[in-house]
Parts: sequence; structure tokens; C-alpha cells
Amino acid sequence: MDIKKIMEKMDYGTAPEAVDEAQNWLLGHKNRFGHFIDGAFTEPEACFTTYNPADRSVLAEISQASESSLDKAVASAQSAFQSWSQEAPHKRAKSLYALARLLQKHSRLFATLETLDNGKPIRESRDIDIPLAQRHFYYHAGMAQLMPIEMPERMPLGICGQIIPWNFPLLMLAWKVAPALAMGNTVVLKPAEYTSLTALLFGEICNEAGLPKGVVNIVTGDGAVGERIVTHQDIQKIAFTGSTEVGRKIRQATAGSGKSLTLELGGKSPFIVFDDADLDSAVEGLVDSIWFNQGQVCCAGSRLLVQEGIAEKLIHKIKTRMGTLRIGSPLDKSIDIGAIIDPIQHKRISDMVNSADAGDVFQAQCETKEEGCFYPPTLITGLSPADPLMQEEIFGPVLTTTTFRTPKEAIALANNTTYGLAASIWSENINLCLGIAPKIQAGVIWINGANMFDANAGFGGMKESGFGREGGKEGLLAYTKPKRSRELIGNIKPFEGSIAASEHIDRTAKLYIGGKQSRPDSGYSHPVFDADGKFIAHVPKANRKDIRNAVEAANAAASWSATTGHQRAQILYYMGENLSARAAEFAVLLDRFTGKSDGELEVEQSIERLFAFAAYADKFSGELRDVPIRGMALKTHEPCGIIGAICPQKSPLLGLITVLAAGLSMGNRMILVASEISPLVATELYQILDTSDVPKGSVSILTGSHQDLAAPLAAHMDIAALWSFSSTEVSKIVETQSALNLKRTWVNHGYETDWEALDYSEFLTESIEPKTIWIPFGEG
Amino acid sequence: MAQKSIEQTRNSGTDLNIDWINAQQANTSAIERRASSLGARRSVKKHYQTAWLLKAITCIDLTTLSGDDTAERVKRLCDKAKQPVRANIIEALGLDNIAVGAVCVYHDMVETAVERLAGSGIPVAAVSTGFPAGLSPLRLRILEIEESVKAGAREIDIVISRRHVLNQNWQALYDEVQAFRQACGPAHMKAILATGELGSLRNVARASMVAMMAGADFIKTSTGKESVNATLPVSLVMVRAIRNFYEETGQYVGYKPAGGISKAKDALTYLSLIKEELGHPWLNNDMFRFGASSLLGDIERQLEHHVTGAYSATYRHALA
Repeated sequence: MDIKKIMEKMDYGTAPEAVDEAQNWLLGHKNRFGHFIDGAFTEPEACFTTYNPADRSVLAEISQASESSLDKAVASAQSAFQSWSQEAPHKRAKSLYALARLLQKHSRLFATLETLDNGKPIRESRDIDIPLAQRHFYYHAGMAQLMPIEMPERMPLGICGQIIPWNFPLLMLAWKVAPALAMGNTVVLKPAEYTSLTALLFGEICNEAGLPKGVVNIVTGDGAVGERIVTHQDIQKIAFTGSTEVGRKIRQATAGSGKSLTLELGGKSPFIVFDDADLDSAVEGLVDSIWFNQGQVCCAGSRLLVQEGIAEKLIHKIKTRMGTLRIGSPLDKSIDIGAIIDPIQHKRISDMVNSADAGDVFQAQCETKEEGCFYPPTLITGLSPADPLMQEEIFGPVLTTTTFRTPKEAIALANNTTYGLAASIWSENINLCLGIAPKIQAGVIWINGANMFDANAGFGGMKESGFGREGGKEGLLAYTKPKRSRELIGNIKPFEGSIAASEHIDRTAKLYIGGKQSRPDSGYSHPVFDADGKFIAHVPKANRKDIRNAVEAANAAASWSATTGHQRAQILYYMGENLSARAAEFAVLLDRFTGKSDGELEVEQSIERLFAFAAYADKFSGELRDVPIRGMALKTHEPCGIIGAICPQKSPLLGLITVLAAGLSMGNRMILVASEISPLVATELYQILDTSDVPKGSVSILTGSHQDLAAPLAAHMDIAALWSFSSTEVSKIVETQSALNLKRTWVNHGYETDWEALDYSEFLTESIEPKTIWIPFGEG
Repeated sequence: MAQKSIEQTRNSGTDLNIDWINAQQANTSAIERRASSLGARRSVKKHYQTAWLLKAITCIDLTTLSGDDTAERVKRLCDKAKQPVRANIIEALGLDNIAVGAVCVYHDMVETAVERLAGSGIPVAAVSTGFPAGLSPLRLRILEIEESVKAGAREIDIVISRRHVLNQNWQALYDEVQAFRQACGPAHMKAILATGELGSLRNVARASMVAMMAGADFIKTSTGKESVNATLPVSLVMVRAIRNFYEETGQYVGYKPAGGISKAKDALTYLSLIKEELGHPWLNNDMFRFGASSLLGDIERQLEHHVTGAYSATYRHALA
């Protein structure tokens, strides 16, 4: 090698990471793997090949789990759950701590194996994936330790079926396994078929850590195995990270099953650069964002929104920077961009880019190897929001861009997507950054940064990016349930009777939409009888058009979601005050409708409920999270937006008031469907709403059949969340139909809610979207 | 190695452009993130590492700036500058002799150094203008430059008035640096910003820009006498300023981090920073220098390690 020549050219040369240890590990398993079930590897079955994406060399043969293999894994998890869930928290903490330590001790083995299997640069697996996975186990060791103190009212769910993607194989495993174990659950995890190896190595580590058999089971295979997990009767919880398309199917497949579900899906996250930003740093942020992991990142800042005045300058800087990205062998320590996971994905990316009939495609002149699966960093400028490439997730190293004029327009463009996972905001003006962060519909916001993650900060999406959070205390809610015992409601039917003329003036119950009483679109009403079978009144039968109108009215009342907690509290208190003034009247109504004599108590409890949620309006307001940066991560509580709620048949006043007050207190606009048995309690409330300064449209109340209204509510794209306290059937309809836009659902599956001894935290949590805002700061 | 002339590309400066200065931003956290990943993003190994370290030696301004400097001490330093690496190591690497970028001394030592380096092609750099604080009368600071140039210094390392930066008095800073540049005449001027005393990275970016507008040939971080000297974040800000200046004006300005760089590994990181952010035209001693005194020793040990395969010891390499 001519040193003089190198001194002239100053090339990097190659710096390959040694893979002997990883190869030895594979050899030790004769490059053939069964599943990791009940603490041991099973005999390999129905094997398929897993390749190194960088050179298509064969790494190992992996088993496709049969039905009986999965059953064995689930049975093992089930029997392990009996003891693991009862273990002392400290014992679970020690196990998680041991896993964290072992991930550190074997960090280079994990990193090289990950890069071999996935094709990501060794720098990323070594410096990002594996350390974050370790951090996740450390953090959750702490959560396991503190569970009885911090979450005394929660208990584990049971057996968790976890299905993870190929882009961050070990890290996603850590995100799923650590919280599940910390809370006393056991797991059956399926890695993606392209990337099973680090999960299998993790199985071995579980034994080294002394984890009881069956607490962690790893089954491998393709989507068919995933489907079996999703529909397996003995699994209580499904956690999925992957595409929105598959997420939708899982939502449908689990609907009505009573399984708990969290989905972390796709994204088309905006990367917003204002004209006063540090542009050179913003460019580097893009490198960390769209050119991280070959752009195969659900939260990649794939949609660059740049302020008009600096667009040309920024694009020039980006293009220059793209030229210094190094693409090639992922095992080379000086490589920025490794291999795309599989030729299928490569083709998908190429096809999408080639399909662009608008915009200018710029690709960096990187030296690309012939063999292997490499795609150059790509920038598409001059696109409009209407172009498909600005809307669809490409999941590759492709940045698309358009311009904006004002902060307001930036927000509109940022939210002009079906996704809502992450956003990155660049400006040196703190007023601008902190003003914009709450207005962007996304679960994670990075200010002057990108792709910052930590176990103590929630991660997850809104809209079609899924629901549920991973990380932080919010992530643990997805792996626990309230301790209280629950009973089935049973079949409740409205009272029957016969219509007879009343001596009173006929009461005309209507729907309440947009602050006005209105007749139902259908023009149909049905009679309601009291407990004695006496005719009370006709109530309207709302239909999908009434729902549409209620949503329109709620949209017009968007300002409610921007009011302060203090304002919301005042209105809820005022409702309490006004209800109190008519307490006697409502007590009589309730007694008559229910045929019982505790109406007075229910009214009193309802007033108290209003006070309680009024109190929470300015108190349930997020927190500061300790994350390993100089700066802070804020967990904020934002309203979901428009929430639909199908109210309970029993407790017609207390149930409705609880649902209404919870939603309103957190700034949501509520569309309620009243009890079918006692709808007139709801219709009597209209006047109280009118006199309590409740803004028009922030509350709509519909009457009619729960079963009929559930589907159009669940399918309405502009409703962010839907709750049901009605029957088992209604729960199933809600979950099935919600798959359309993947709205959050909260249903009772036919179980009673304890309206008297309310679990406030559950209602509050369902009434908000947690958002993590990362704010690095510091100067000088 | 013979010095290449950069007269044809020497920065002629621009008018003072306040808008442009005020548009300079520097987000500290983001810059620190980039700086901290630089070392991990690029790895230079084996022959390449050796070549890069040799390159680093050619970019060193071998420096002595002590109150107890004597002529004999400076002569020893000059001799080391001429043969920075033990001859048999150089031979084993298949090279002719190499030399450092310059020898850097106080004014009183310029003549001695020039004499001792005669014929070597190694320029003498003089720190000047009331180094390190720069608070002597302007007239004397300018005179000091002129005297050093007269004494044979081909490079002048000036210090700026930090107060002009802290008060955002860009006109005063511009006028001062421009006056220094005029006094330098044919000698190349390195403007020391004393970044450890400028308060923020934004100030570093803005002061860099003013110095370049005023005609600095190089911008340099520190005197080595501040409590914080060259750091990667500061370097990132300064080289980005150089790149921005080049993009706007087409003029090349060199970069010299000084103080605190003492390990061979640091030198590699700095070189890759330059390669990544500025590119190949800056990877030579016309455009890039290390202000360092102990860096050479560590590089020598690494070079011997490359030749023998065994880790080296300090005593095996000649003192300055």
C-alpha cells in the first residue's frame, strides 16, 4: 500500500468489523434454529433461509412455527405466568437487571449479528440499537421494582403476543419484552422473518439471566405465524409494530375478542425548517432522520417542509451533504448507509421513486456496490402536497419536500396526512418552536433534533400511526389492567308498555347537536316507557347523518380544545351548580325511569363527578421526564379531539355525566349516545348544557339504537376515539369498524363499569393523547 | 514537503455585511450531537491511519509560546520540525523525510527560528498583536506585526479583541482585523478568535464570518492560554462558517484548531471533520493546521506501532 498516495487522496480505506464471534455463534447452532420455547431451542421445523442483505449470503435456516409449536409456546407462557406474575417485584427487577447487564456484556456480539442479519451500518447497531435496548431493560428493571409503589392499582394482563418488525430487531424486542416482563406478564414474541437472529440470541441470554422457563418464548416465521398469534385464544394482549396495512388487519382480527391491543404503525413525519434555523444543523438532523437505518424507520422525517425564503439554500446544503454520505458494506465502521433489508423492499422503493411524475429526483453520486441491496440517498424536490410521494410512506432513504410560507401553513401541511407519529421542528426561536409543538398531531415532537429516543419517554402515534405508547409510565398502561374484579352486565332491555294518551302536554325530545335541539334526520321516533310500562315520550332515532352533523358541529367548536384548564373547570363546576338547582326534578325522573328509588343519590353523585373532573381539568397536565440529554422531554396531555361515547344503559345520569365530564375536562369535544332505556334523562340535560356556557358543538347528544349507531360512529374518520359502555355486541362493532382509520377505542366488552367508585385515572388517561416533546437546550 | 503557493487563492475579504452576520445561527445542542458522533462515524485503520497521521504531522504548527523560551530552546524545536519522525521509521514507511507545517513562536524568537529553518521550506509563524489578550495599544499591535514580518515571519497569528464580539460591535472587529491584514502584507494571517472567551457558539460563527470578511487567511480557535481551547463543537461551527463563506464568495479560508489536541486519535477525528465538512481542498497544510505541542509525540508512538506491531514508548522518540 502506497502511503504517499493515500496522503494525497486522503481516502478512508476500509474498516471492517470482525464477525468471527457472530459466525461462531451461528455455527454453534449449526446455522439452523428451532424456536426458543420453555427455556430451550426446539428441533428446527419447516425451515426457511435468512440472508445477509448486504451480500445475500446465507446466514442460517430459521423455522416456520407450526400451530402446535405456537400452542407449546403459549402453554409454556401460560404456565410461567402463574408464578412469574406472583413473583416479588424485586425478583423481577433482578431478572431485568441481569438481562440489561448481559446485553452489555455481549454488546458486540449482538451488534455484529444485528448488522449481519439486517444490513444496518455497524455504527448504528453498535452505538444506537444495542445501547438503547440495554437502556430499556435498565429502565424497566426499575419499573418492576417500583410497580407496587407506583402502580398499586394495576396488575399484569397475562400472556402477551408480540410481533415486531425487521428494521430494529433487537431494539423493538426490548421495547416489547422489557415492559411486559416488568409488569409480570409472560411473552410469546415473533421477530420478523427477515431478522430472527438477535431475538434467538436473546432467548439464550434469558437463560443466562436465570429467567424462569417460559417467561420469554421466541417463535419464528412469517406473517402466517403472526396471524395465529393474533387470533390465539389464550393470548390476552397483542403488541404490534409494523405497517399500517397489517395493523388494520390485526385490529379487525382481534375485534370483540377482549384482547388488549397496541399498534405502532407507519408514518410520513414532517421535518419543518423555519428561516431562522441553524441550517447546517438542520441538514445534519435530516441525516439522522431520513438517512438513518436506510430510511427504514417508521418515524423518519421523510417529509421536508421548508420555509420559502431559505428553500434554495437549504436544498443546496442537503445535496452537498448527500454527496459525503458513504454507502456500502454495513460492517464497515465508516459507512453511513447500509443495505436495504430485502430485494422486495428495494423494488418497492425503486418503483415508488420511479413512479414520480412530478418533482425533480436527485440522487447522491455514491459509489454503490453491484451485488447486495443498496439504494442511494434520494431527494425529491418541487413536490406538492397533492403528489402521492408527499403522502405515502416510502420506507427508504428518500426525502420528499415542499415549501411553506407561514407557521400557520407549516402546521396545516404537517397535519395534512393520515399519519401522526413524529415531527421535527427547526428554529432558533423558542416561541415559535414551543408554539408549534402542541399544534402538530403527532405522538413525538423533536425540537431542533431528530430521532431522539429513551425508555423514559413515551413513543407512539396518533391517527393511522396507531395507538398506545412504548416507554415511560404510559407504556406500562399497555401491559397492565386495573385490579378490580368485573362482572358482566347481562342483557338489559328497555321497559315495554303500550302507548296511551298522556294528560300532560306532550314532551318533544330531540337530538342535541351544535348547541341546538334538532329533529332526527330519519324522521323516526320510538316510544319510551317507564318501569311500570307507562308511556313517557317519543325519542328520536338518530342515524349516520345526525352523527355527521354532530361531527361537523364539533369541528366548528375546535376552539374548545384550546381553552385553558381553568376555563374548562369553570364550565364543569357551573354544570354541577345548574344540575344541583334541578336536583329534585332529576331525582324524580331517574326514579321513574329506572323503577328504583336511588335517583336522589345518583344526582348527588353526578354533581360530585362534575366537581371532580372540574378539579382535574387543570391538574392532570403531564410531566417532565428525565432523559439522558441536556434539555428536557415534556410529556404533555393533549385532548384526543372528537370523542364518541356510547353511554351505559344503567346509571343513565351518572354514566353519561361521567363520560361527558371526563372528556370535556381534558378538552375533548364529545358526541354521546344516550342510554337506550332512559334516554330522557339525557334529553333533559340539554337545558343544563345551554345554561352552563358549554360552547356550542363541544357536546352533542344523540338518542337511538346503540347497535345501529356504533358502526357509523366507529367508521367516521373525523372521530379520534370511541368509547362504549354498552353491550358485548356493540364493543365488537366498535372495534371492527374502527379499523378503518385506526381510531383509539375503549370498550367494556360487556363488563360493568363501577360508576360509583370510579377509576378516575383510567377515564383521564383515555381522554388524552400523551405527546412527548423533546427540547434539547443550552448555550455557551 | 515544499510549500505550495496559495497566493492565487488568497482570501481578499469582502465588505462588512451585517445582515449576513446576523443570519448566522448555531444551535449548541445539535452541534454537540454532530460533534460527538463524528469520531464514531468514521474509522481510519492500518495503512490509511498511518498515512493520515503522517498528513497530520505535515499540518502541525510546532509551537513554543512560553515566557522561558530561549534561543537554544527554539533551535531545538526547529530541528525537530525538520525531522519530526525518527529516520528509520520514516524509512520503514517508504517515505522521504517529512516536515511539520510551520514553527510558531513569539516575535523575539522569529529571527532565530528563521535562521535555523533556512532552506527547509518550513515557514515561521509569529503570534502577534499583544498575544494572548490583545489589549495593548492598536498602534503597537500593528507595529508588532510589521516587525515580525520584517524579521522573516511568513505567517502572523493575530488575536482579535474579544470585547468587540461580546458587544456585537462587528464594525470595530472588522476594522481591526482588516488593519492587521494590511499590516501583514505578504505574510499570511491567522485570526485567533479565542473562542473560549466568546460566550456562545453563535458568537463564534459570527466572529468567524467577520474575520473572513476582513480578509483572514486562516481562522484559528484559541491562543492556547484560554481555559477552554479547541473543541470539536467549536471546530464544527468554524469550519461550517468557512464553508458558508466559500459558498457565498468562492474564497478559500483555512482552519487552525489550537490547544488541547494531544492524541493521535483526536488528530484523525479532526482530519475527518475537515474531510466531511469542507472536503479534500482543505486537507493540506495550506488550508489546515494543528496548533499543538504534544500531539507530535503521540503520533510518533502510533507510527512506530504501525511499523513494529508493538506499542511504543515516549523515550524512543526524540525530544524537541
